[in-house]
Amino acid sequence: MKALLAPAAGLALALSIAIPGIADAWAAEMVDPKADLKTFQAYFYEKFPNVKHEDFVNGPYSMDEGMRKQWEEKEEFPPYDFAIEKGKELFETPFKNGKTFADCFENGGIGVRQNFPRFDLKLGEVVTLEYAVNRCLTENGETPYSYVKDEMAAVTAYMASTSRGKPFAIDVPNDPRALAAYEAGKQYFYTRRGQLNFSCASCHVQNPGNRIRAEVLAPALGITAALPIYRSEWGGMGTATRRYMSCNSQVRGTPLAPDDELYRDVDYFLSFMSNGLPISGPGARP
Amino acid sequence: MVSAFARTALVALLLPASAVLAASAQETKEAYSAAKALSDKAAANKNQWPATLTALAAAKAAIEAGRHDEALSKAKEAEALARASIEQTEREKTAWKDAVIR
Ligand code: HEC
Repeated sequence: MKALLAPAAGLALALSIAIPGIADAWAAEMVDPKADLKTFQAYFYEKFPNVKHEDFVNGPYSMDEGMRKQWEEKEEFPPYDFAIEKGKELFETPFKNGKTFADCFENGGIGVRQNFPRFDLKLGEVVTLEYAVNRCLTENGETPYSYVKDEMAAVTAYMASTSRGKPFAIDVPNDPRALAAYEAGKQYFYTRRGQLNFSCASCHVQNPGNRIRAEVLAPALGITAALPIYRSEWGGMGTATRRYMSCNSQVRGTPLAPDDELYRDVDYFLSFMSNGLPISGPGARP
Repeated sequence: MVSAFARTALVALLLPASAVLAASAQETKEAYSAAKALSDKAAANKNQWPATLTALAAAKAAIEAGRHDEALSKAKEAEALARASIEQTEREKTAWKDAVIR
């Protein structure tokens, strides 16, 4: 599928000149992240005219006044503080070879979270913040972290905390592999799955603000900005991967493997859709 | 919020087991293999429904205990669920596009 898309886009261009009738059908297949971004953001701004744009990054709290009050009180002693501290310590502790995480990132890894996920042209794949952390570990001869919690949540919480308020600046380079990864993430987001036959969009596009059991659904716009998050239900911190896995289970489906490329692709798609909105993570949820 | 599709899946679950009487060991084994093959396909599609695995495990346990009627009905249930999940994957290969915000 990925290999097929790029030539198709090229062909669409060629055809649009030659045969206008067929070109329309082909044009519909073209991958245009910038156009998607415009319509995606406009949808949420129109649907929720009273929500300030930069407030969409606060997930369920942007949708519900009562929850918001409780949250603001909680933020005086945020439950993720411990994770930030632990993350900072891990971040600064040298590996066996003497290097640290700082050696793997631009600007020593400080204030860079808003640039993730990024498409790595040399690797030819999407690098999420979590993926970058694990690549850094393995490249330095260390054991990679679990993708769902503990050290991974701590290090990404720390890195997010150094980027708070910085606007998402995700780039989809004009490279067929990057466009294919973006499109795969988009497809994953809109595809219905599980016994309940829900897509991510069924909940986070069609029903943000509505309740599902005790929870208020977050809008898809800005939905990756607060990650990683502390959740009372988890009794601790969880990464983006952990959140996606929980959401898969909720539709009576089977989560992907934590390191499945599709989770990176959907993170890429959603974060690109949030371009311009500020990082708010790490977050705390009831 | 329950779609027509989910309802079909539920109906499949509720099909009366009594429709099948006194299944043979051979018959249940074949039904189990058929269900298992479809369930493996659903897993390869990355769209396995946990309910399929539950029914499949129940069928296996019933086979081992020699309860063939129960085994057959559980195997048929697993097969119906697996089939529905495969059809969902097939349908969504193009249907997802209709859901894109535009
Ligand atoms: C059945 C409805 C449902 C579906 C389908 C669903 N989610 Fe969720 N999602 C939730 C609920 C409930 C929460 C927790 C409350 C909230 O923050 O929305 C949540 C939270 C999240 C969050 C964290 C938001 C925050 O700020 O805390 C992310 C990110 C997310 N979902 C992504 C996804 C993705 C990606 C998919 C598709 C793979 C998906 N969800 C599918 C129900 C759903």
